[in-house]
Order: sequence, then C-alpha cells, then structure tokens
Amino acid sequence: MDAGFTKCEKCGQPIYEKDLLARFNVCPHCEFHYPLPAPERIRLLTDAGSFEENDRGMTAGDPLGFEGYGERLARARQRTGLADAVVSGVGKIGSSPVALAVMDFRFIGGSMGSVVGERVARTIENAYAEELPLVVVSASGGARMFEGVYSLMQMAKTSVALTRYVDGSWPYVSVLTDPTFGGVTASFATAADVVIAEPGARIGFAGARVIEQTTKEKLPEGFQTAEFQRDHGMVDRIVHRLALKGDLERLLGFVS
Amino acid sequence: MILEFERPIRDLEERIAELHRLAGPSAGLQAEISRLEGALDAAKRRIYSNLSPYERVQVARHPDRPNFRAYRDELSVDFYELSGDRSYGDDPAVRGGFARLERGGHNVILLGHDKGGDTKSRVKGNFGMAHPEGYRKVKRLYELAGRFGLPIVVLVDTPGAYAGRTGEERGQAWAISADLMALAKAPVPVISVIIGEGGSGGALAMCAADYVGMLENSYLSVIAPEACASIIFRDPGRAAEAAEALKVTARDLKQHGIVDEILPEPLGGAHKQPKTAIREVGDALDRVISGLSDADPGALIEARHERYRRIGTHAAADGV
Repeated sequence: MDAGFTKCEKCGQPIYEKDLLARFNVCPHCEFHYPLPAPERIRLLTDAGSFEENDRGMTAGDPLGFEGYGERLARARQRTGLADAVVSGVGKIGSSPVALAVMDFRFIGGSMGSVVGERVARTIENAYAEELPLVVVSASGGARMFEGVYSLMQMAKTSVALTRYVDGSWPYVSVLTDPTFGGVTASFATAADVVIAEPGARIGFAGARVIEQTTKEKLPEGFQTAEFQRDHGMVDRIVHRLALKGDLERLLGFVS
Repeated sequence: MILEFERPIRDLEERIAELHRLAGPSAGLQAEISRLEGALDAAKRRIYSNLSPYERVQVARHPDRPNFRAYRDELSVDFYELSGDRSYGDDPAVRGGFARLERGGHNVILLGHDKGGDTKSRVKGNFGMAHPEGYRKVKRLYELAGRFGLPIVVLVDTPGAYAGRTGEERGQAWAISADLMALAKAPVPVISVIIGEGGSGGALAMCAADYVGMLENSYLSVIAPEACASIIFRDPGRAAEAAEALKVTARDLKQHGIVDEILPEPLGGAHKQPKTAIREVGDALDRVISGLSDADPGALIEARHERYRRIGTHAAADGV
C-alpha cells in the first residue's frame, strides 16, 4: 500500500489516512467506527477553542507496588501524551457549557484506576457546583488491575459523587464507545439519565472472550454490540460519531 | 476436602488414628501417640498462622466453609424472606428479607450471596454468582430498608457477578451500577461482612458500606487471582503470585484502610469450627448495629460519601 494509505480492518477497502482523520476515525466506505483518542473526541464535540482542561497532569500512584505498573504507565504516557486514561474539563457544546470527561482506550486499555475515578468524580462535582450538564464519554476495558482493590473502589467513588448530581435537575449524558466494559459500565457509565452509544460499539460487563472461556457458550452474532444493548433496553440511542455533536445539542436543548 | 497445604496435618492425623487402632485398649503406644499429638498441634499452628494470600483464597472457597445459610439460621431468630426483582424473576444466588437478630434483638434487612448447602442447591444458586435480577432484588431490599428505617446487613460471599450470556442480555453492569447508587443514598446504616469470597463488582455492589468487616481468611479482589495471572502474567499457573500482588487479604485491606475490622477465625479456618466463626460475626454485628442505631440519616450518607470519595492514590500537578 502507498504511503498515506491504510486498509480498513472491517471492509478491507483502502482509505486515504487524511480522510480517516477528517472523519474522526470513521471509515468512509463502511462507516466502521475506530477508537478515537480523547483529544480528538474533544475536538469533535466542543465548540472550537472552548475546552478548558481541569486537573491536567494528575498522575497515578502505584499503591500496591505492582510488578511492571510503573513501566506501563511511563510507556502509555509517552505513547499518548496523556497523563492517564481520561481528559476532563469544561467546554461548550453548541454554545452551552458542559462538564466533560472523555476516556482514552489507548492508555492501558482505558482502564479505571485512581486517576480516572478521581477526575470523573471531580468532573461530576464541578458540574454540580457550576450547575452544568454532565457528559462522560467512556472507552474502557474495565478496572486497572495494577491498582487492585483501589481500582475496584473507584466504582464506589464515582457512584457516591453521582448520587448528589442525579438528584438535581441537570442532565447526565453518558456516551458509550468501543469498547466499554467491566467496572466502568458497572458504575458511572450506565447510571446516566440518557445513555447514547456509537454504532457497533462493544458494551458489556464481562468480555465475550472471558464468557466463552468460562461458560463454553456460543455467543450469538452481534452479542454485546450497541445495537444488542439498545434492543435489550439498556441504551437509549445509537448515534453516528459525525452526528454526535448535533445530537447532544438537540438533547441539551430540551433539558438545560 | 483437603487443601494442599493441609496435607502434613492430615498425614499426622491419619498416623495418630492408625496408632490408636493398633494399640487397641492397651496403653503401649501412648508415648508415641502423645508425641505425634504434640507435633500435630505445632503443625496446625505453624501452617495456619502463616497462610499465603492464595492459600487464604482457597480457605475462603472451601466447600465446607459456613455460608449465608448457616449465618442466617444461626444468627436470626426470624428470617422473613422476600423474593423477586418485580421485573424478570427471582435469583436464588442472593437472598434477603426481614430478619430479627438473636444478639441484641435488632430488626434488619439481611442479605447475602447464597452458595447453597448441597450440590443441587449450589447449582441452583449458581455458586453465589448472581444475575442482574439478583442485583435488582438487592436494590429493592436496600430501598425497603430505607423506607422502614432498618439497618442493611449484608454477608458477602461471591466469586463475582455472573459473567455469561444471560447476565449480559439482562444488563448485569446496569444492575450493579444501580446497587452502588442505591447504597450511596441509603438513609440507614449499611453494615457488610465479607464471610468468604469478595469477588469484584459483584461483591462491591453489596459492600460499599459504613462498616466493612472481613473474616480473617476471606478475600476481596478486583479480579480473581487466576484471571489476573492469565491477563497480566500470561500464565494462569501464577495465581499465587497474583494473589500476593493484588493485596486481597483481610490484613492487607485493613492496612490500606479499605476495611474496618478483621474478625478472627478458629485455627484452620471457619470450616473447622463453624459456630465459633458465626458467633464472632454475630457479636460484631450486634456491636456495630448498636453503635450506629442513633445515627442521623443525613450524617450516615455524608460519612459514607466521604469514606468512598477519598479512596485512591493520585498525585495532582497542582498539589491539590
């Protein structure tokens, strides 16, 4: 393949890399949604120049001294330019300000450790204090095993932070992207007023491979896709990435 | 069932029994029997007081370990079971209802994972791995407790929430998340004791509490040590190392400030003297319920919020 071209993993068609970037990692031929780095997601969703990051540079500790964790963190930071698996702050979506947290799957599989839990909790608290709508975009393999029970407890942390917010009159919109699993789906990502998912995104509690290994079950076609979750009553809407900003603007127009 | 590390104990016990049989009514072998009994006692102390984290996990999973049913029957004078999630079904992997505890006469909502008593009930209860309808029943009972001002008492003993097709089809993650939210705003004391296995989100949905006690050989982990070993070390055979690294024991978690109290077990584990272990839990429940009985609902929620809000280790660039 020539320089500047790549081949779609889904449909096999050649894609001009510039086209892929311009379409925020959505294949121009088959509309397959590839994972999107958090900074790109923020550029997609917020009005140009409106995003201000909070808690930038918050970094993970290694509470258990877990073998290899320090190196993994260093590698992920270097590879992504991010401090951890979430970017959070305040930005405008169609001129109304929202508190926004966006996860990044490239950073240790978007796993939730203390930093993800803390920044998501602070984003919720900031939304509450500033009376802003809350939008969280998830992409996560689940808990960050290297932080052991500390990572498990981030589920409780984000949940206690959310209870106060969802008793108020400001909307919480959760956007689930490929993939979202484990401790993230079992806490803040599904406790929203409105749950939106991207087409084809894999969403669930346990991953399909784990299920097949432990239960020896044959899983049906389309298992745990966004469409599966919508058909089972778990997701409100499936929205194409390139229509997401407009969709959020419409929604916020009703409730904020 | 004999665990691997218990073999030296069983060998000594068998030799002592053999000598008793050989000696019959005569006192001829008494000196040797006494010597072996001394050795047995020493072996028990040496082995059981130095269990590795993974050995404790095995004790926590022991099929003879007293489970929810034993605690329920022993600790409550009346258990009025409630069933069903009101939308799909009743999940026998978790049980709950109104209970009056013998110690202190407290009326509570008592909940727990039910691992079953025999093979049939173990299978029926899916080995304590609840489906979404189980977690939704739990939420219903949390809310009932709040309405009637009854403390919530939970006995945790699960390998984890069920990871399978049916669980996924019915929104396992959604159900667990809803339990965490319900616990966070329960206006009554929430008291949880991990009596065996504390497997991941399926355990946390029932132990994000005001008081978390752990029996000495119970464990609480974000992932099963075997699964962690295959993912991180790419070798399921390294489960013992994973259990060590994950810091899953009562002692580790007390040290890290995650749990409040370690409840001692009889030498060799709760299954050696079930009633002693159950009594220990019953005493702790009475003490904790009495201590929280006058707590203001708002203050309880606030304190629970503070407790879970601060758990974590992160360093902010701005030092905040």
